[in-house]
Amino acid sequence: MSVTEAPPAPTPEEPRELTLRKPSTRKRLVPYWLLLPGILWLVVFFALPLVYQASTSVQTGSLEQGFEVTWHFQTYVDALREYYPQFIRSLLYAGTATILCLLLGYPLAYLIAFKAGRWRNLVLVLVIAPFFTSFLIRTLAWKTILADGGAVVDVLNTLHVLDVTSWLGWTESNRVLATPMAVVCGLTYNFLPFMILPLYTSLERIDGRLHEAAGDLYATPATTFRKVTFPLSMPGVVSGTLLTFIPASGDYVNAELLGSTDTKMVGSVIQSQFLRVLDYPTAAALSFILMAIVLLMVTFYIRRSGTEDLV
Amino acid sequence: MPVLRWIRRNLVVIAGLLTLAYMILPNIVVMVFSFNKPKGRFNYAWQQFSLDAWKDPCGVADLCGSLSLSLQIAFWATLGATALGTMIAFALVRYRFRARGAINSLIFLPMAMPEVVMAASLLTLFLNMGAELGFWTVLIAHIMFCLSFVVTAVKARVMSMDPRLEEAARDLYAGPVQTFVRVTLPIAAPGIAAGALLAFALSFDDFIITNFNAGSTVTFPMFVWGSAQRGTPVQINVIGTAMFVIAVLMVLVGQLIASRRKSNARN
Repeated sequence: MSVTEAPPAPTPEEPRELTLRKPSTRKRLVPYWLLLPGILWLVVFFALPLVYQASTSVQTGSLEQGFEVTWHFQTYVDALREYYPQFIRSLLYAGTATILCLLLGYPLAYLIAFKAGRWRNLVLVLVIAPFFTSFLIRTLAWKTILADGGAVVDVLNTLHVLDVTSWLGWTESNRVLATPMAVVCGLTYNFLPFMILPLYTSLERIDGRLHEAAGDLYATPATTFRKVTFPLSMPGVVSGTLLTFIPASGDYVNAELLGSTDTKMVGSVIQSQFLRVLDYPTAAALSFILMAIVLLMVTFYIRRSGTEDLV
Repeated sequence: MPVLRWIRRNLVVIAGLLTLAYMILPNIVVMVFSFNKPKGRFNYAWQQFSLDAWKDPCGVADLCGSLSLSLQIAFWATLGATALGTMIAFALVRYRFRARGAINSLIFLPMAMPEVVMAASLLTLFLNMGAELGFWTVLIAHIMFCLSFVVTAVKARVMSMDPRLEEAARDLYAGPVQTFVRVTLPIAAPGIAAGALLAFALSFDDFIITNFNAGSTVTFPMFVWGSAQRGTPVQINVIGTAMFVIAVLMVLVGQLIASRRKSNARN
């Protein structure tokens, strides 16, 4: 269905009919009753925890004696000084994975939207179906695929790809597992569907006649793509990159399962500070810094790309 | 060169299919290795064909318990998130109210937040309240992060609904309840179903938030995580494969029924 054929959206801003009397109080309260339980849930279990965490991050103390708010902002400085490599690594890996997802996902989304014909539903099912096998199991499967001396490593070795990548520091000279490349490969794999689905939705909405029109005006396929298709798919590109980058930046599953201690991401640090070291202020400060970085980047990115309504 | 020309013309299709292969490959590996008979504790290298794990899928301690716990949590989280999310979606599309901007951002933010941040802050809250970590804290967390996704799915559907259908129902003397049950709900149903499915999948597969807030309770993803350290039983692959096959079969049967109905309607 194209955008132009969509039924007119209701306009709740304008009264639909002339009402002779004011709506009763009971009626005016309806939206608030509808909103109340869900919003209350989000306030108590999403917003309030962030406040608690903010307060924890400026506390000092120990597990035995308890923690107290002392406005100890030094925690932030110390946390950043000690863990900035993990921060940079997280943003770098997540950024690389996002770009790879876009490069790999776009052709597939394009294929589903325009080329698949009667196979469209089948391909869509194949994109979504892996979800039903727990992502941890699928990530573990990459351990088999990238195993030392396995087929993938052998082929890359024969083609001398590993010589190049190890020179770049992405892999070691004879193994892929436990290197940055394995982690990025896992991140890319895990978040590809989150890139493909929004891309597909926005590509599918494009009116096919626009392509014909571009062709009639002597545009080559490449020009049509550059001037018509890609700009019209921008909403999908924006929400796809966000849906990939945000979870990838905080992920620690891929780094722990496919990486080594040299590929630790900031999520791992937060997790171990919180659950193993039990240094709550540092963990809280780290996760606050991560949140701030991500929200800043997201806001800037949304402003730049000019798509405001994502919800 | 005709071959090169063919490749150039079908470049998009080839690239797309390669991506699809990349996405499916791990599932194939999981499936193949569910028939493996590993030598050590880890099921990463192929040894020999065996049906042992398929004959005894619950043969590993705690595995099926964690699976059933995950299914229960996913069921209740789906129910909760779908109910609350649908109500919010209707309010957002159909009514005017104050603080719309604030409410919109409150719904958007959980989706724009790295999971580990939500996980850590929720744990801070629970620790401060002295709550006992377990089934309930996990359920609370799951409803929280599924909620926004349900709202988005339902909202999209309700927004594209033609309000004239409900007006017509009212003109035909249907009461507000009747209009809602017989007209509004059936039209909104696909959006609600999509939201519920998404919530179920998100909840069932969640690891990071669950790992922080589960205490000593072990869900299925947590079992898999633990086994990655202790040794991966083949049964994990059996369950992963079974879920994959069941899901694909369900979709195919659904498609078949839908196309049957369509051809029946045509006759």
